[in-house]
Amino acid sequence: MDWSQSLRLIAPEETLSVASLVLLLVAAWGGDKAARLISILAVAALVAAGVLVAPALCGGAMGAETSAFFGQFRADAFASYAKILIYLSAAVSLVIAPAFFDRFKAMRAEYPVLVLLAALGTGMMVSATDLLTLYIGLEMNSLAAYVLAAFLRTDGRSAEAGLKYFVLGALASGILLFGMSLTYGFAGATSFAGISASMTQGLSNGALFGIVFVFAGLAFKISAAPFHMWTPDVYEGAPTPVTTLFATAAKVGALGLTMRVAFEAFGDQSAAWQQIVVFAALASIVIGALGAIRQDNIKRLMAYSSINNVGFILIGLAVANPEGAAAMLYYMAIYVAMTVGGFVAILMLKDENGEPVEEISRMAGLSRTRPGLALALAMIMFSLAGIPPLFGFWGKFLVFKAAVDGGMVALAAIGFAASVIGAFYYLKVVKVIYFDEAADVVKGESDFWHKLILVLSCVFISPLGYLLTPWFDGLTRTAAAALFSGL
Amino acid sequence: MIGVEHYVVVSSILFVLGVLGIFLNRKNVIVLLMAIELILLAVNINLVAFSAFLHDLTGQIFAMFVLTVAAGEAAVGLAILVIYFRRRGSIAVDDVNRMKG
Repeated sequence: MDWSQSLRLIAPEETLSVASLVLLLVAAWGGDKAARLISILAVAALVAAGVLVAPALCGGAMGAETSAFFGQFRADAFASYAKILIYLSAAVSLVIAPAFFDRFKAMRAEYPVLVLLAALGTGMMVSATDLLTLYIGLEMNSLAAYVLAAFLRTDGRSAEAGLKYFVLGALASGILLFGMSLTYGFAGATSFAGISASMTQGLSNGALFGIVFVFAGLAFKISAAPFHMWTPDVYEGAPTPVTTLFATAAKVGALGLTMRVAFEAFGDQSAAWQQIVVFAALASIVIGALGAIRQDNIKRLMAYSSINNVGFILIGLAVANPEGAAAMLYYMAIYVAMTVGGFVAILMLKDENGEPVEEISRMAGLSRTRPGLALALAMIMFSLAGIPPLFGFWGKFLVFKAAVDGGMVALAAIGFAASVIGAFYYLKVVKVIYFDEAADVVKGESDFWHKLILVLSCVFISPLGYLLTPWFDGLTRTAAAALFSGL
Repeated sequence: MIGVEHYVVVSSILFVLGVLGIFLNRKNVIVLLMAIELILLAVNINLVAFSAFLHDLTGQIFAMFVLTVAAGEAAVGLAILVIYFRRRGSIAVDDVNRMKG
């Protein structure tokens, strides 16, 4: 493994880091007037990085030739799959931002740069095969994310969201780091391969503590219960385009990282972490479903919905086999489409002065004032609830199928029952927008890009999405096979 | 003779103090930043102690990275605290409650 080979493997990361540094200079030079130009260039950089990672996914890259810098970093099909989702959602959060920030006169030039840095860090997380790379990628993503959460400086809620996200995110990093230090001490290595090799004989108490701390820290980052308490506040307070980024890119990155740590580093000791994951999955599904019921703010509702969805994704992890991993990856793609659609629809809910409408009660009768938007929102809610024939159903079906095939029938049954409870609050939103007395609040005009992205994501989650199943099946299986090829 | 277990005990105590500092502190957000710093330093003690014990340099390099990131984290945290203070005029932990539910 020579350096030029390593440098070739990290080409997408190089593109993004050079682009973000150059754009930072442009931002310093051009000021906020250049914000739009920088946004366009940042989207171009993300697209270029996406094109650079695509061959690894299509070619099913796996094994030793994808490992860069002496086992610090791996650019295999799994990482490529996650990175394409990450770059795509980062690009979406850039495209939808100007129309939102312009109203506050807050479209600053540093927003695209911070999003690029967050995407870069998130991409590094899913490629990390060493605790050190893992930590650097995680912090790169987190530090950019803390600033982004507090980006709307004129809004008290945004500053509060930034503060809460910072304190709890730093605590999560600390817990994760403590677990990593114990793992290093008792396994004697920081590379995932080394940790895995040291654990083939069995698990010492210290290493078990390490695993527990690492998984607790990761649960914070993917906002799985019982470490979910920051999610509703941060999702509500952060500016909506930033919330979109948190709910999609950051979540896919953290889930990808969790999968890599679970299978590559602790794969031989899956019995030690399966119980933790089963508990986190069930707790997330139940807390996500019950917590959402009394919410009136749609962004908080989406936060609980994301906790609920993470629970379903974790069912795939609990199974601990390639089928479960493929189901998780499939679910993540559908989840990203639903979440992007959901938050773009929220961005389009504006009253006559252009103020965002976030209370569900004020959306009453949306079907009469804005029938198209109401239909899209209803589709997204039905899809999140997992009601066939919408595509959201297929993701849930796959994780349940993986759980049943893997012999975890009880887990699948409880998850299935809880998803029925969860359907209640999604249907409540549909009821308010279709059957309540019209409040006639939502009137504002929508941006072209918002409409375009909403239409695209609705087409994806509509039954037309099933046309993609053969293609997606192949991709997720390749990616899952790459993840397991190191074992 | 001081063995590696003594270091792990000390760092565990510091870690627990840091976590308690975050959850029990009701007064001041600055104290939260100090508690986070305490957690990271507890981790560093662990890393350096294991590194010396294992005769492996990786842990010390890791500790360097943690120190660097901790500095960046403190800078970002204080910056967010400044915006927050400008809006609210207070940094008491009990006042961080505009959003509840």
